[in-house]
Amino acid sequence: MFAFIVRRLIGLVLVLFAISVMTFLIFFAIPGVDPARQLAGRNPDPTTIAAVRHQFGLDRPLPVRYALMMKRLFITRDLVSYGNQALQVVPAIKAATPVTFSLVFGAAVLWVVGSIVVGLVMVTFKGTFVDPLLMILALIGISMPVFWLGEVANLITQDRLHDTFLFSWVPPLGYVAFTSNPWQWFLHLIIPWITLSILYIGFYARVLRANLLEVQNEDYVRTARAKGLSPRRVLMKHMLRTSLITFVSLFGLDFGVLVGGGALLTEVVFGLPGVGLLTYHSLVALDLPVIMATVIYGAFFITIMSAVVDILYARLDPRIRPA
Amino acid sequence: MAEFAFEPEPEVHLAPGESVKEISGRSPWQIAGRRLVRNRLAIASLVLFLLVVVCSFLAPVYAHDIAHTDPFTSNVSGTTVVNGQRVNVIQQGGGSLGIGETPIGPTWHSNYFVGADNQGRDVMARVLYGGRASLTIGIASALICCLIALVLGLLAGFFHGWVDAVLSRFMDLIWAFPVYLLAISLATVLLTKNTGLKFGPIHLSASSLWLPTLIIGFVYVPYVYRPIRGQVLSVREKEYVEAAISQGASSLRLMFAEIMPNVISTVIVLLPLMIATTVLTEAALSFLGIGVQAPKASWGTVIDDGQNLLYTRPAVAIVPGIMIVLTVLSLNVLGDGVRDALDPRAKVRARE
Repeated sequence: MFAFIVRRLIGLVLVLFAISVMTFLIFFAIPGVDPARQLAGRNPDPTTIAAVRHQFGLDRPLPVRYALMMKRLFITRDLVSYGNQALQVVPAIKAATPVTFSLVFGAAVLWVVGSIVVGLVMVTFKGTFVDPLLMILALIGISMPVFWLGEVANLITQDRLHDTFLFSWVPPLGYVAFTSNPWQWFLHLIIPWITLSILYIGFYARVLRANLLEVQNEDYVRTARAKGLSPRRVLMKHMLRTSLITFVSLFGLDFGVLVGGGALLTEVVFGLPGVGLLTYHSLVALDLPVIMATVIYGAFFITIMSAVVDILYARLDPRIRPA
Repeated sequence: MAEFAFEPEPEVHLAPGESVKEISGRSPWQIAGRRLVRNRLAIASLVLFLLVVVCSFLAPVYAHDIAHTDPFTSNVSGTTVVNGQRVNVIQQGGGSLGIGETPIGPTWHSNYFVGADNQGRDVMARVLYGGRASLTIGIASALICCLIALVLGLLAGFFHGWVDAVLSRFMDLIWAFPVYLLAISLATVLLTKNTGLKFGPIHLSASSLWLPTLIIGFVYVPYVYRPIRGQVLSVREKEYVEAAISQGASSLRLMFAEIMPNVISTVIVLLPLMIATTVLTEAALSFLGIGVQAPKASWGTVIDDGQNLLYTRPAVAIVPGIMIVLTVLSLNVLGDGVRDALDPRAKVRARE
């Protein structure tokens, strides 16, 4: 087990290095955008561009620029935005992280609970109209673009039905930190949570249903039935527990992807100042260092998360521990 | 593989409620075709998808002969006829404070059927044109993605060794990026104004639909590559491949004539689900302003146009979204049907 963890961690470091190189190359080696031209302001003359290029080290060879960039990103942590040189990239990402975590964490709670309930209901009512109905609803859930769903949610809760008793409690778009006012934090996030979780409820409920139907013919389920356990106990204690293994590994990866930047569209639509919104703003301003930093942050988070999932998984299930 | 006591594996599995008689003597494709045709839900969704495609590709006819508008030039001072009265397309006032300008809402007539956008352009015509772009990008990028993944998967699975190691590590690297962030990074760099992509004689301008198509096709390659590589690894150990090797077949022949026909069904199962995914990705990128570039329209750009008009003219954002939902939903149902028809036991993740 220890050797497995060490091997996984060495692999992790190599992948992280490769990710940083690839991201750097995407932003600074593909011809097209000239960061110096962008930094130099509107209609710069060639001498200004050359001066800016030198000032930011853009005339150095690529490996040197890569090393400088990573040094400023990870060691001195003083990488500044090209668009607004008062904006330090690392503190900006640090400030945005709790927002993204709040959004994804709440949505994750909703989607885990919601999809287990929906999946169990589908299997319990298999053969009646409830199962296909929920199947179609789940499919509709995974077919909606999340930013569109968010806009529809805004339209209903912020405007059309805002003055009725249904949604008069919905605060205006934005974010309130948990530390400053937990109740407002909750109120501001509840609509984004629901919006983000609908897709995953649909998806996870389908996966869970398929897994449950698969295990219902297993020997241990038949044994449990044969020894006279109630159907509910068989479903909850025997079938659900084994079905949750796939569920858990999917969850780890999806959670990682969302915190790592996948929640960008939800953050944009609801105006939540998380890492995704930071990426979006720097995207609009074409602010390469910030986008590069957020992409590296996201990819790092996902890679670390999937390593954690692997290790936990190997801990839970010795069969997948490679020799 | 030294044993000669060889037992043919059952290559075809029965679908629930299917008798052996129904499938005996038929090729796997015939069996799958029959199963698909019998799946009424799948056929209905195929019809729905084709309907969306046909409507979208008739966009020029709609714009020219029915709506009589040009959905690509702004028409801020234009007028249209509603209930026999001539009204301005962009009306004064109407905002929350009664100031500003508001485009006309749904007229439910041929002209401005669901209203106009900020620039006085006919939204319905733009949605149809947008559908043409979105579907073209979605289908083309899914095809490109599956083609690249198929070739790479064949190479990696067939040659093992360093080819497999290099390709698989590279795919792991792409896999490590969040799909949207990788697409955003590439699109930001490649779609910046006035640049584009130059590869020797090939020049793709930033407004070309090829750029988003290639970007979206590229970022999803690992998701198709992995299952294909795994299948190639197992198929290449089968007896018929050994038989072909003993006959002196070349590597190319082995890969494309012996192995490929046996992994192609995986690609076919994944294709509708991939198109559903790429259509959603295109919409997201265009919504963020880094997909299809103005004045061209796609479903994502029309939703983006509608964002500012959300509370006054919600139809602008809602209509293209409904088109996306119909398209993606029909593809997901169709994908499920194709999977059940080709391999009743398979578990392929829809989405992801």
